[in-house]
Amino acid sequence: MTERTAMDPASEKQFKKDLVGLIPHLRAFARTLCGDAATADDLAQDAMMKAWDARSSFQMGTNMKAWTFMILRNQFYSDKRRSWRQTQLDQEAAERTLVAIDDPASPLALDEMRQALKMLPSEQREALILVGAGGFAYEEAAEICGCAVGTVKSRVSRARRALSGVLEAGDYDRDGSPAGDAMRSILADAERLSGSR
Amino acid sequence: MTDRAGRKEGRKPGEPNVEEARLRQQAIGVKLRQMFDDVVNEPVPDDFLDILRQADNRGGAGGNSGDRD
Repeated sequence: MTERTAMDPASEKQFKKDLVGLIPHLRAFARTLCGDAATADDLAQDAMMKAWDARSSFQMGTNMKAWTFMILRNQFYSDKRRSWRQTQLDQEAAERTLVAIDDPASPLALDEMRQALKMLPSEQREALILVGAGGFAYEEAAEICGCAVGTVKSRVSRARRALSGVLEAGDYDRDGSPAGDAMRSILADAERLSGSR
Repeated sequence: MTDRAGRKEGRKPGEPNVEEARLRQQAIGVKLRQMFDDVVNEPVPDDFLDILRQADNRGGAGGNSGDRD
């Protein structure tokens, strides 16, 4: 039992507003953890409700995004422990979903990236996502993952190296399509994007 | 802190230069953000807000009453 000092209505309203604003980010983070979109939304909803129920323990003025991501991550790993066999099924569902939701604007590369990400150990994947896509500093990512800053740094750099290797070698288990095409299109994208900055 | 021993596959000798590796890392970063932002930019499904609204109506004082469909 946590002592629940009730929030005043104004703070509660603000909290709720902020929480609603974070939903898209929670969904995105959940999607990278689960792969399958429906499972991910369930996870994001659970995390949202956990955050809401725990609102009185949130320290106003601290990083709410990091706080909710931590809740979501904990939820994910406790779900996973409960039914780790499910992940096998999730994986298959993910294969289908990922192909289905592929962005037509970037036909190959994004899917290759998803496939490659799935091959990383989960602690490397989450570290890379938090820092590389979620906009968190190493310190914040460390807090979210409950580990040392140095650990996050090394996970991120190992993840980057591994991804680079996978994408280069075409090691992803897709349908045996040549990696060269994927890599070329990724490189072309990078060139285009770096040119436009 | 660099780990040169990591490159042992040597698929095509002399091919992966530093510039390409840098470019590749940049591409990975771009793709990661794109992947993430694609979801961030999706409209939030209604049930998220519905659930939150329901919780609000419960008054929020109680614990989980576990009434979710």
